[in-house]
Amino acid sequence: MAEILTPGDENDLANIIAEAVTAGAPLEIRGGGTKAAVGRPIQTAGVVSTSAMSGITLYEPRELVLSARAGTPLVEVETALAENNQELAFEPLYLEMVLGEPAAPSTIGAVFASNLSGSRRIYSGAARDHFIGVKAVNGLGELFKSGGRVMKNVTGYDLCRGLSGSWGTLAVMTDVTMKVLPSAESSQTIVLTGLIDDIAIDAMCAALTTPYEVSAAAHLQQSFVARLSDPELSALGAPLTALRVENFSSSVAYRIGKLGEALKAFGDISVLDEDWSQIFWSDMRQLKVLQGSSDPLWRISVPPKSGAKVVESIKAHHPTCQAVYDWSGGLIWLVMPPISDAGASEVRRAVAASGGHATLIRADAATRTAVDVFQPLEDGVTALSGRIKAAFDPHGILNPGRMYAGV
Amino acid sequence: MSFLVLPDPDSGVLARRGKIVSQLRRLVSNKSSIIDDEDGRRAFETDALTAYRRMPLAVVLPETTEEVSSVLKFCQREGLPVVPRGAGTSLCGGALPLEDSIVVGVSRMNKVLDVNYENRTACVQTGITNLGISSAVSGAGFFYAPDPSSQLACTLAGNLAMNSGGAHCLKYGVTTNNVLGIKMVLMDGEIIEIGGGHLDMPGYDLLGLIIGSEGQFGITTEATVRILRSAEAARPMLLGFNSNEAAGACVAAIIGSGIIPVALEFMDKPAIHVCEDFAKAGYPLDVEALLIVEVEGSEDEIDDLLGKITQIAERHDPLVVRISQSEEQSAAIWKGRKSAFGAMGRISDYYCMDGTIPTSRLPEVLKEISRICEQYKLRVANIFHAGDGNLHPLILYDANNSEEVEKAERAGAEILKLCVDVGGCLTGEHGVGIEKRDLMTVQFSHTDIEQQIRVKRAFDPDWLLNPGKVFPLDYQKTR
Ligand SMILES: Cc1cc2nc3c(=O)[nH]c(=O)nc-3n(C[C@H](O)[C@H](O)[C@H](O)COP(=O)(O)OP(=O)(O)OC[C@H]3O[C@@H](n4cnc5c(N)ncnc54)[C@H](O)[C@@H]3O)c2cc1C
Repeated sequence: MAEILTPGDENDLANIIAEAVTAGAPLEIRGGGTKAAVGRPIQTAGVVSTSAMSGITLYEPRELVLSARAGTPLVEVETALAENNQELAFEPLYLEMVLGEPAAPSTIGAVFASNLSGSRRIYSGAARDHFIGVKAVNGLGELFKSGGRVMKNVTGYDLCRGLSGSWGTLAVMTDVTMKVLPSAESSQTIVLTGLIDDIAIDAMCAALTTPYEVSAAAHLQQSFVARLSDPELSALGAPLTALRVENFSSSVAYRIGKLGEALKAFGDISVLDEDWSQIFWSDMRQLKVLQGSSDPLWRISVPPKSGAKVVESIKAHHPTCQAVYDWSGGLIWLVMPPISDAGASEVRRAVAASGGHATLIRADAATRTAVDVFQPLEDGVTALSGRIKAAFDPHGILNPGRMYAGV
Repeated sequence: MSFLVLPDPDSGVLARRGKIVSQLRRLVSNKSSIIDDEDGRRAFETDALTAYRRMPLAVVLPETTEEVSSVLKFCQREGLPVVPRGAGTSLCGGALPLEDSIVVGVSRMNKVLDVNYENRTACVQTGITNLGISSAVSGAGFFYAPDPSSQLACTLAGNLAMNSGGAHCLKYGVTTNNVLGIKMVLMDGEIIEIGGGHLDMPGYDLLGLIIGSEGQFGITTEATVRILRSAEAARPMLLGFNSNEAAGACVAAIIGSGIIPVALEFMDKPAIHVCEDFAKAGYPLDVEALLIVEVEGSEDEIDDLLGKITQIAERHDPLVVRISQSEEQSAAIWKGRKSAFGAMGRISDYYCMDGTIPTSRLPEVLKEISRICEQYKLRVANIFHAGDGNLHPLILYDANNSEEVEKAERAGAEILKLCVDVGGCLTGEHGVGIEKRDLMTVQFSHTDIEQQIRVKRAFDPDWLLNPGKVFPLDYQKTR
């Protein structure tokens, strides 16, 4: 195991990176390390963790803004927000339980570096949409900033979004500022049961074309339903489709009623009240139904209406693969049997046909070495990505090769 | 506003003008796509920052992405600067031509290519107007959310380049939050496609980098945008106060209560009077500050929410609490707000600032803005997006009086520095362009700017796309 360096501030970090440049010795960059098993395996002499740069530095509930050092545990941020009835509206995923027991808590910096958003993404946007300011050290060991602490800001290029989803390959964030939002006063969830995938997707897309502001829409195949925390749901023995409405209590009641009417044609409707609704969506945030397995897990993003078709076409070759749909069908968590390429060729073929991308979120290191973990890009975009990498990290010091060879 | 320096034109290029135009002609199928006569070019010599004017070498209005590609490839080979253009409504000189530049306008590429209501996306050519997108889907009850006040004229291309916002962005976000994919031509003619009908990007968030890059990374020709189902109804209310402080406190209290209205707009007294004269919106004239608060939902939900907001407002001693009683009243209230710049333009030349501040600093910043303008003996009206702190002080001046022009520019610069000093930024939605170019060093360090410039070079190593803007000229060494 390489030594883990934990710089206490941005200057320490800048020195470490500058020394690595001089030594020509690449670094692995991590927060808590909970997602260290995502991406192509890399071998570096040193590991740098942001975990010692921790703490909330600014929180103005009335301005809907919070800043924190990048290594601040996500739970710390969410707890502070909850005390003021606020939240990160994009529902950051807790991937760790899917990837294995975490040694350290996941950090707020990594939330933006991975841009993995939860079920409310379809309504509130992704992590990147809430990311408004950053301080970071690039691969030259230089400290730079972009954005700020105000909600609307187009001053200079948008490097916050540039760093979103870059998995530590462009710069090491030291401070992040985000837009936060009030938590809804109330939430309820409509449940439809027994729908096959493509009908479920029709129902979810229909729900999202109503004016009732459905904030999440997910569909679980039968085998997964049994693993839900809610004992009544887990005993259903049938596929389940869930649609959440969040708002002031009076609005939730009205909207659930209207939505129920609009979806009558799809079968019997039941409603999860506040508490059970919370429990169901909390399961989704922790990907509870995907835990406790080491089978390859894909995260696939496609146009919602294509979701079922994509899964069907993969199933034709891998009949035992299983899917959880979120984002009204646009996000597929696909569990593959443990075969040598994790089903990569079929997954990528199916995704190419509908447009979208697939990331191999969970697989053993050998598989992650052998197949592309992140979606391969068109040649022009690959070349451009290489130039972007060089613009931030010309010597290839930061997480080299974690996303793509040479990047 | 005439003391900003622009890069000197290349005299060699100017001398080759005839040849360049004839070569450009060969690259397009419709000969009317090339404009080289003086009258024709004059229509493109400025944008909405009219104090600056430069006649471009020639204007090209391509009809296809492939034509854009051939033109850029040619310009790259010839070392010709290119100024991308939509409708020319930029307020910061973003679309201002240079004398040795080719203006490439996308206004003829304005079609809707595909609408998918179930997936809630529309694929359009970027020359379509902002309102054009909403109009194309409104029959089915949908809309495209970002709504700059210039939406009747401005193009999606310009919105993408500036990451434009609008009055309803408090709830729905700005351009970058509502775009899923683009087709773009790089300066060397390469056509790249990024994103599409799905959410989030594979690889780096190039879409996020490109949106807001002010036409310096490439020319966008197509985009896939999110369309949303319209709310059942929407209704604004007016809240009048006898001080900016009271109005500012009310804004903070509304947001602090957990209500995010779709829009939360602020006008001070001078702005109220000008807009009321123009739009007859029924704005109260005896208040110091006016808020327009709009909420959405069913009629009952709206009553409920406006009731909650009224309760909050009552704690801040409002002079006026008036809920719109009809579609006509609502339309008039918005007409007043959305035509504010136009209305102001009827009574005076104005210089529109666009800084953003932390909303808690509102009262003191407004006071300081008055002080700055008084010091220069200039009048100012404030009208802005209060929910997110995006200010639009309009500094009134006489464009024919060069001393006033210079004073207006100086006052503007002081106001923007103030915005940065209190923790805000130079521009919330209009962009840097030439106007705020030299102020970038107020907000950014040398390393911050160098990092941005390296990103620029990853797209356009020779600095041919929209040069002379966004960064102080010293930083644009190759031009
Ligand atoms: C009365 C008035 C009200 C306004 N209200 C608002 C408002 O509420 N909110 C707001 O955000 N803005 C507002 N604006 C500013 C302006 O309308 C926006 O910046 C708008 O997005 C510009 O669009 P356009 O089509 O006119 O672009 P242009 O002015 O033609 O160009 C703007 C920028 O985009 C670049 N560009 C144009 N086309 C392309 C392309 N195809 N590829 C790459 N780059 C390109 C140009 O080079 C330039 O840098 C207002 C302006 C006016 C005059």
